[in-house]
Amino acid sequence: MGKTLFEKIWDKHVVRTIEDGPDVLYIDKHFIHEVTSPQAFAGLAKRGLALFRPDRTIATADHNVPTKDQHLPIKDRLSRLQVDQLIENCKNFGVELYGLGHPFQGIVHVIGPELGITQPGMTIVCGDSHTSTHGAFGSIAFGIGTSEVEMVFASQCLLQNRPKLMRINIEGSLNKGVVSKDIILYIISKISASGGTGYFIEFAGSAIRSLSMESRMTICNMSIEMGARGGMIAPDETTFNYIKGRHFAPSGEEWERKTSQWKQLFSDEDAQFDKEIAINAENIEPMITYGTNPGLGIAINALIPSIESITEEGERKNIIKALEYMGLQAGKPLKGMPVQNVFIGSCTNSRIEDLRLVASVVKGRKKSENVKVMIVPGSQQVAAQAKEEGLNRIFEEAGFEVRQAGCSACLGMNEDKIPSGEYCISTSNRNFEGRQGAGARTLLASPLTAAAAAITGVVSDVRELMEQ
Amino acid sequence: MEPIKIIHSTFVPLAMENIDTDQIIPARFLKATTKEGFGKNLFRDWRYENGEESRPVKEFVLNQRVYQGKILVAGKNFGCGSSREHAAWAIHDYGFTVVVSSFFADIFKNNALNNGVLPVQVSESFLQELFKQHPDASLTVNLEDQSITIDNTGQKEVFQINNYKKTCLLNGYDDIDFLLSIKEDIEQYEQQQY
Ligand code: SF4
Repeated sequence: MGKTLFEKIWDKHVVRTIEDGPDVLYIDKHFIHEVTSPQAFAGLAKRGLALFRPDRTIATADHNVPTKDQHLPIKDRLSRLQVDQLIENCKNFGVELYGLGHPFQGIVHVIGPELGITQPGMTIVCGDSHTSTHGAFGSIAFGIGTSEVEMVFASQCLLQNRPKLMRINIEGSLNKGVVSKDIILYIISKISASGGTGYFIEFAGSAIRSLSMESRMTICNMSIEMGARGGMIAPDETTFNYIKGRHFAPSGEEWERKTSQWKQLFSDEDAQFDKEIAINAENIEPMITYGTNPGLGIAINALIPSIESITEEGERKNIIKALEYMGLQAGKPLKGMPVQNVFIGSCTNSRIEDLRLVASVVKGRKKSENVKVMIVPGSQQVAAQAKEEGLNRIFEEAGFEVRQAGCSACLGMNEDKIPSGEYCISTSNRNFEGRQGAGARTLLASPLTAAAAAITGVVSDVRELMEQ
Repeated sequence: MEPIKIIHSTFVPLAMENIDTDQIIPARFLKATTKEGFGKNLFRDWRYENGEESRPVKEFVLNQRVYQGKILVAGKNFGCGSSREHAAWAIHDYGFTVVVSSFFADIFKNNALNNGVLPVQVSESFLQELFKQHPDASLTVNLEDQSITIDNTGQKEVFQINNYKKTCLLNGYDDIDFLLSIKEDIEQYEQQQY
């Protein structure tokens, strides 16, 4: 019987199998950041151990860093402590750090791919759930907890149970105004925020093949929001072209050798999945969420579902609670509703293509007076490129606030927060209660939909702006 | 890690579904660099009005003195959201050794097991039975035979846990101890593959 893409990579990385227990899985790349690493370093020191493979470990500071005046010392004492601790730990344990002030600094899931560190066929982990992003390259990439970070530090291995496998086939061509964020929000709205639990997901089909690498990353990034362990896409020419020439990409003979290996990374015709789902791309419209988990999403012109239409009692209670928090009404449209904030950023949508999408809507226009718009590039390299391409000028002329690289208002750990009770159209990945600041109300959407709201000041269908 | 064998305790019921890690421990408390002290911020935003410790939310179960114990019983899909292990630390630091739900998010389940917290997955009907119990009802969780029993009614259910994890918890050792013991295998693997 043939093998799935997942199985091909997993099997190659099994050091040993424990009977009636997990596999010992070898890890090729380990990304770390300031928030989930300090306790792991402390644990390692406490056991009197060195870091087993520092050359497979890459660090950056992203979650906590300010996105303004990054050249100045960090004002928040605890954030500063955490970032300083990372610098200290990396020095003591011999880890390469792309910290503040380094041209490679940025959100961990943005820099891995853009530096060519992320490659097909690898096993990649990081103490952050959106590590699934790297799966877009045809690698097995997933988030881990701090104890597991310590395990990888100590042994470059993890004890892992083999997950179940799901394939989601998305066929057909995308409608106008629909981008990869809409695809993934659509899928999550169909299978729910827990519909992927226990599974590792392969995304396949003509609609996926037609996407750029950055768009594929957005899809894999949010596979975690349906509860999945991770998501992945088989590598192809698009993947190879993206990697070629990047800072840490293989070159010369090594490139030839690697690409011929990478070309073997696909699910065989007769490979078996535990579950398969088919999605018709033509049914997807620009999406927006109305609730407090990413599964509560609707097409931009649709109505928030009526409470009576939800048959399952637990789910009904959840939605009532979510709507109360969001200050929204069942059965009513979202379109036309005023918003006070727009946040464009996060590891879901802060890459150069995302900024180009935003610029395509915003060019020559001004933002609405009623909204505050924050645009936060995912990395120093994205920021530099945006500047070079003249995108920054478009944003500034529109009245957007362009910040420096970091996680920012995606999780509101630094000072970038949404005020309590206000609405924010956000290109990030989570709309949980208080995620963007206590009391903040998050509506997840694509960069295009976010750009449209920035211009109109209300929830808008970007297609109407594209026609003008 | 403390070994876990039999836990006999009253429990704290939290009859809500999809409790995510941002509620278990809000992001603003993730700035610590040690594992201790998270318990006092467990469910912080549900526990206090405006986050002020002087203004506990009376209706919230952790603030109701009648509910005590080492076992937390929560609705379906507990621990969804981010991979932050701080959620497991907070639960452990608060004093819970067992969390019972009808469904756990994957990463949370792993994190709990790695920190001496036993996730016990029960059927939805058993869970609803638990929510109906009187505040002083106690439970017995027996890891050895993988069972959970409502003491006064005798209702019992068996739960799943993989053998490897079970042995770890029963003996109080962790994955790192194991991985260090097979270092030679790991080095050999590296030589073959790379
Ligand atoms: S941008 Fe948001 S989701 Fe991504 S790594 Fe940072 S905090 Fe996590």
